[in-house]
Amino acid sequence: MASEEIQKKVCDIVCKQLEVDAAKVSLETKFAEDLGADSLDQAELVMEIEDEFDINIAEDAEGKIKTVGDLVTYIDAQLKSK
Amino acid sequence: MAGNRRRVVVTGIGAVTPLGVGVKATWEALLQGRSGVGEITLYDHSKHSVHIAGEVKNWDASQHMDKREAKHFDRFTQFAVCAAAEAIADSKLDLSKEDARRIGVVIGTGIGGITTIEEQKERLMERGPDRVTPFLIPMLMGNAASAHVSIQHKLKGPNFCVVTACAAGAQSVGEALRVIQRGEADAMVCGGSEAAITPLGMAGFANMKALSKHNEEPQKASRPFDLNRDGFVMGEGAGVIVIEELDRALKRDAKIYCELVGYGQSGDGHHITAPCADGDGGIRAMTAALHDAGLRPEDVDYINAHGTSTPYNDKIETLAIKQVFGAHARKLAVNSTKSMTGHTLGAAGGVEAVVSVLAVTEDKIHPTINLEHPDPECDLDYVKEGSRDLRVRAALSNSLGFGGHNATLAFAKLKL
Repeated sequence: MASEEIQKKVCDIVCKQLEVDAAKVSLETKFAEDLGADSLDQAELVMEIEDEFDINIAEDAEGKIKTVGDLVTYIDAQLKSK
Repeated sequence: MAGNRRRVVVTGIGAVTPLGVGVKATWEALLQGRSGVGEITLYDHSKHSVHIAGEVKNWDASQHMDKREAKHFDRFTQFAVCAAAEAIADSKLDLSKEDARRIGVVIGTGIGGITTIEEQKERLMERGPDRVTPFLIPMLMGNAASAHVSIQHKLKGPNFCVVTACAAGAQSVGEALRVIQRGEADAMVCGGSEAAITPLGMAGFANMKALSKHNEEPQKASRPFDLNRDGFVMGEGAGVIVIEELDRALKRDAKIYCELVGYGQSGDGHHITAPCADGDGGIRAMTAALHDAGLRPEDVDYINAHGTSTPYNDKIETLAIKQVFGAHARKLAVNSTKSMTGHTLGAAGGVEAVVSVLAVTEDKIHPTINLEHPDPECDLDYVKEGSRDLRVRAALSNSLGFGGHNATLAFAKLKL
């Protein structure tokens, strides 16, 4: 899957889950600071991402994913190592 | 009644009911004698024995609160947040200027987030334990409504939840009154909320034989005090009021509806669902409320009855009223809000507190509808002919819950 496609899917999920406008979401967007996503929001987001891309996001990785870009990079790496 | 006790008045009211979103829509429908009961739309009821309920129609939570927050509120919390916002706006309390530590919240519920429990149980079975929402627990817990009302308005006073089935709303108001009287807060947002019209909830109540099966004529199914009553009709919604200490209400020139003059409660110690045949629990709750309020029976003009439309409740509640009021029982106007809203369980005490406040304030009593064939054992004036103008000096509101929890609130016109 191309990185652009991953990015688009991630943005769609983020917008739907967190009820935000697509215009507000870029690769630099921070989940906690910019979108106000608390730990529960982030846990729910992880579930949707795992289902959409059929991957597992390791719990120790969750803490390091701060931005939409971090998430896209992580997914990209997971898909490539499959 | 203690002479030097802090006095407490009602300064705001809010409601979400099967008759409409907001106090105005609800009160208008009640005065017109309109039923809010209809065929169930919330789920496929075809395999159920009961096909009717009093649903809050066309509910769109995002019209009343932030869309993202609404997604993580169970339906009962959504109703509470909406009704509380209306009550707080109505009170015109300027929360930016108030000491938030002196304003608390008590919102009761009978069941809590049963919609969420059912949805997530299905998810658990279909998608496995790793896909159950992390919001499950904060959505289903019974105190979620009280918590979210406090979070929405940043209220930092005493905050708790009463879970006493159908008495929860009334006990929440009564306990909030006590919080102010004890000096722990100066104002409280209080009432009840419920949303249990779900496949599991309805099957449970139906199998207890508690629900009416008048499926063919939904609007005539809830018929309190009628000879042909055959159980209650499930309702849903929320009723919330703002109460505050009298002197501060006067000082800020608040619109005062009436005084919350008393609260009485009792336990049956008898059976988990059946009331005592002699009405003892209700008698002691009403007697305690009158005593707490310093009212004589003849000072009361109106009782908002629990009036569920079950064979036992209506007969035994009537007996209890006659025991407490003696000859004056015949002079009282007694009605059942549930004849139109259905039984909103833990919300009922909150909704009926709003109705009682309006009756005392506007001197208007809504009818009990569907009382076509009076039961000889239910022989009081239930206002069956239509709404009535009546000077209401003081009113009682009864709530009698499964478990044998009984609560009576007393409201009266403010006398300075």
